Amino acid sequence: MKALIGKKIGMTMIYKDGIAVPVTVVKAGPCVVVQKKNDKTDGYNAIQIGFEDISSKHTNKPMEGHFKKAGIKSQRYLKEVRLDNIDDYKIGQVVDVSVFEEGELIDVSAKTKGKGFQGAVKRWNFRGHDRTHGTKYPRHGSTGMHTYPGRVLKGTKMAGHMGDVNRTILNLEVVKVDKDNSLLAVKGALPGARGSLVYLRTAVREGK
Amino acid sequence: MDQLIRAIEMPYKKEWPKLAIGDHVKVITAVVEGGKEREQLFEGWVIAMSGSEGGRTFTVRKISHNAIGVEKIFPFSCPTVKSIKVVAHGKVRKAKLYYIRALKGKKARIKEKREIKK
Repeated sequence: MKALIGKKIGMTMIYKDGIAVPVTVVKAGPCVVVQKKNDKTDGYNAIQIGFEDISSKHTNKPMEGHFKKAGIKSQRYLKEVRLDNIDDYKIGQVVDVSVFEEGELIDVSAKTKGKGFQGAVKRWNFRGHDRTHGTKYPRHGSTGMHTYPGRVLKGTKMAGHMGDVNRTILNLEVVKVDKDNSLLAVKGALPGARGSLVYLRTAVREGK
Repeated sequence: MDQLIRAIEMPYKKEWPKLAIGDHVKVITAVVEGGKEREQLFEGWVIAMSGSEGGRTFTVRKISHNAIGVEKIFPFSCPTVKSIKVVAHGKVRKAKLYYIRALKGKKARIKEKREIKK
């Protein structure tokens, strides 16, 4: 498992064998290994990676101690990566975009754009009703049955808050790796707004 | 952030003569046919440009046989575009010459912009 924390930069178009490919540019890493967790003491194997150096002025005392222990600068973002084998990583080791190769498949997780309170038509793709013939606006119809069960079932799709949830897009192709600027070009769109935090990892369901 | 996107687009950027709307242009593209690559010419007038930076495109319109209008959209950074040659500048007043699609014959012409020699 290879993983990086990054920031979504924006979309553009690049060419591969004369064919235009839509890509999202991600500034990924360089990340630094902050902590190693092992089966013996923690119950599972994992590494904790940090992204973006910050001044210790912006870290609280407990976190400052955490970074001091690792002997690295304070990090803005932390993320744990579950691994089978943590021997390949050392505390303080820098992981950059070169871990990913061009043509490799990755999964990308990020928080989607918040849409606020939305109706059932936009939120759940309900068909809605006529705009004319006495209706007010397209909205969902009945939400339940009759005397039995006499209540609305839990989990019924209705209007409500939409977006601002974590989403993972599986099997996205890495089209380009730019090591000098630590940039990745990933085929297709990613969740979230420009500048938002994304988490990239090796595809877990490749070929399935 | 824009600079980082430009960094990814950089290798595809090409230098072309400055195009203007109404220009009479000759565009040569590479076409792969039956495993062999050959060059294809498309000659017409630039009627529109859209997009920005790496996604910028220009639309060329020509009148084909039997007075059928043909339009082709070329991205400036497309690697199959081999050359762009400006034959003449057009005398136009709009940024998008879509009105020309509705015109026929002599009315559908674009007047050439002649430069005054000093």
